[in-house]
Amino acid sequence: MNFDDTPQEAAFRCEARAWIAANAPKEYEDELKRASLGRIQLKGGNILEVAKAWQKKKAEAGWAVPHWPKDYGGRGASPIERVIWQQEEGVFGKLGALFIIGHGMCGPTMMAYAAEDQKRHYLPPLASGENIWCQLFSEPAGGSDVAGLRTRAEKDGDDWIINGQKIWTSGAHYSDFGILITRTDPNVPKHKGLTMFFLDMKSAGVEVKPIKQANGQSEFNEVYFTDVRIPDAQRLGAVGDGWNVSLTTLMNERMAIGANMATGVPELFEFASSLMLEDGPAIDDRAVRSKLASWAVRASGLKYTSFRAISALSKGERPGPENSIGKLVAGTMLQDVATYALDLQGAAGVLSGPDDAEAAGKFQAMLLRSPATRVEGGTDEILRNIIAERVLGLPGDIRVDKDVPFNQIPTRGR
Amino acid sequence: MNFDFSDDQKQLRDEARRFLSEKCPPKAVRAVIDGKATYDRELWKGLADMGFLGVAIPEAFGGSGAGHLELCVIAEEMGRALAPVPFSSTVYLAAEALMLAGTEAQKQKWLPAIAAGTAVGTLALFEGTGNPSPASIKLTATNGVLNGVKKPVPDGAVADFAIVAARNGSTGRETDISLFLVDLTCDGVETRALANIDPSRGQAEITFTNVKAESLGPASEGWSILTRVLDRAAVLIGFEQVGGADRALEMGRDYALDRIAFGRQIGSFQAVKHMLADMYVSATLARSNCYYGAWALSTNASELPEAAASARISATQAFQHCAKNNIQVHGGMGFTWEFDCHLYYRRANALAVGLGSLSYWEDALIDRMRQRNAA
Repeated sequence: MNFDDTPQEAAFRCEARAWIAANAPKEYEDELKRASLGRIQLKGGNILEVAKAWQKKKAEAGWAVPHWPKDYGGRGASPIERVIWQQEEGVFGKLGALFIIGHGMCGPTMMAYAAEDQKRHYLPPLASGENIWCQLFSEPAGGSDVAGLRTRAEKDGDDWIINGQKIWTSGAHYSDFGILITRTDPNVPKHKGLTMFFLDMKSAGVEVKPIKQANGQSEFNEVYFTDVRIPDAQRLGAVGDGWNVSLTTLMNERMAIGANMATGVPELFEFASSLMLEDGPAIDDRAVRSKLASWAVRASGLKYTSFRAISALSKGERPGPENSIGKLVAGTMLQDVATYALDLQGAAGVLSGPDDAEAAGKFQAMLLRSPATRVEGGTDEILRNIIAERVLGLPGDIRVDKDVPFNQIPTRGR
Repeated sequence: MNFDFSDDQKQLRDEARRFLSEKCPPKAVRAVIDGKATYDRELWKGLADMGFLGVAIPEAFGGSGAGHLELCVIAEEMGRALAPVPFSSTVYLAAEALMLAGTEAQKQKWLPAIAAGTAVGTLALFEGTGNPSPASIKLTATNGVLNGVKKPVPDGAVADFAIVAARNGSTGRETDISLFLVDLTCDGVETRALANIDPSRGQAEITFTNVKAESLGPASEGWSILTRVLDRAAVLIGFEQVGGADRALEMGRDYALDRIAFGRQIGSFQAVKHMLADMYVSATLARSNCYYGAWALSTNASELPEAAASARISATQAFQHCAKNNIQVHGGMGFTWEFDCHLYYRRANALAVGLGSLSYWEDALIDRMRQRNAA
């Protein structure tokens, strides 16, 4: 048990710190600090441009996705060095939000399944932020039932022809490439007839329609495929093996989004320290302290759980189902923390404008965004199932569609 | 950074688990709960022979000097087995206080006896309802003579000596509090065993009437020593709680796999699965907080006070959560005397208040986080 840097880790930290001090876009530091979770707007610049410029600068110095192999745009850093980099990058890491799906999920899937020349061609510009990638999994008919998807891929010579619709695709509106799971055989049970591809989002027949969300923002999209042609060379894994390929993606997804999730706790702590109630600062109030302490230990527990996962990873273990804990805990906490911060504000908690609301409306934005956190990338219920079944070894849910050919599964309840 | 126990430490954990599963089955816990013994003396002797009592005590004082990480590993197993012995009062509280503040002579007298299993120690801090605070200590020390009543004192009825918190000033500040070391066999000490929710570890009232006592540490530094002792014990008891939480989770899981209702294993129902998943979540968060506490304890890091409070709160919540839901998974059977569920429920709730309750540690955590943020 050692929490201190080894000499090599200390040297890595030192190098990272010096480079960030010399190169980070400090003109945005204050705005990034104040930015509400999941919603960064920069008065001084276009977020997409600023984020891409920072990522490019990192890439040129070898700091983009440090844990990736050098040949693919990384620097071959260890899992622990990756964490050190994140700690040092600090608030500027928020600019990486646009790249999370590409770096956390698409990249690892490409690394596991693409041909070597494809990896060398596609991964460096993905690492450097020149290309943004998205993950085309969810469908209107298959939310948590990911394998219930209906987008078809039909073989036509050396190509596949894609028809269908995806939904909830984060960032599809500014993505250059995507990984796509399709149904190639509807005559076999649902998990067996799937095949994975990657594609250029500018391919003919791809149409992206942003979805206006409950919080008024548009991060997610519907994506329509009409006779889109994908060369067979862009298939990832064997025909019919798409489910296994997607599990690689999903496991990395849980690690990527679970390890470093916002909980709202530091923000609430700061707010409770500054907010004056009738009898003094909110943080002196018995009831406030109790809530804050309970959330604080959940947040620290998550942090050290991810450190334990990283220690295991650095000993060569693969990310396992126990990483489902990150999003499960953080998602619920984010929503509860936001609700409580509004409660502390009393009637004024209803206000959301940056100039009128407390903390520039940070908690109001958090409140309205947090329901999505509990759904995206696996609902709370799916994550609990994963923990129960794959960590604790409890029986799987009874699946009435398990051995039924996909095209014979009922599609309506009544 | 390496956030895990070493292979040697894991081996020690396996060894402790094997030893305790053999020497401390549930029927040994029940023998104490049923009042057939005040504690399991044979187990206590066995723990001494295994070197577990002195694992964090330096070799110069009769221990093995292995260290606090090793003690954490053993603590987890003590909690998992619900060991009915005065381990926490002797090893976490009394021995830690002696190591932090004792004179050479005091250490020479008591630490080897603790390591050998021939002396049971405790900390006499509480005086009735309420959490630790300088104001709560009314027992007086006048020229080294103690007068007052302590209650509850963990394992007080079986302890050979106690570290006693006393008031020797009236400035109203923390510096009024001093610590004393009292041989409980001396004149003027009267102990009375008290019924408590977890009889596998005793509680007592101790009355001090004109008891001549020796100081432990400088007068006026009693409160600060006490705070440090409580922080160290918070991490160690945290591991006992994590061990207990894990075992309660395991029991619930095993029962859910075994028990059939409506023609299915009850563990196949989502309502049951999700309850068990939530138990796993709280046990895991607590374990991780305790690992951080273990690191801070073993390196005496400046983060210890905050890490200890986090470990304490998290482990308390996790053990209570797992113990109560273990009964729920078991249904009616879980509420029977024969099933072991209530043993864990008792221990979880006794440990939850035994070192200052949640509200004390929540206060401590927030104060310590504020200090760090201000620094």
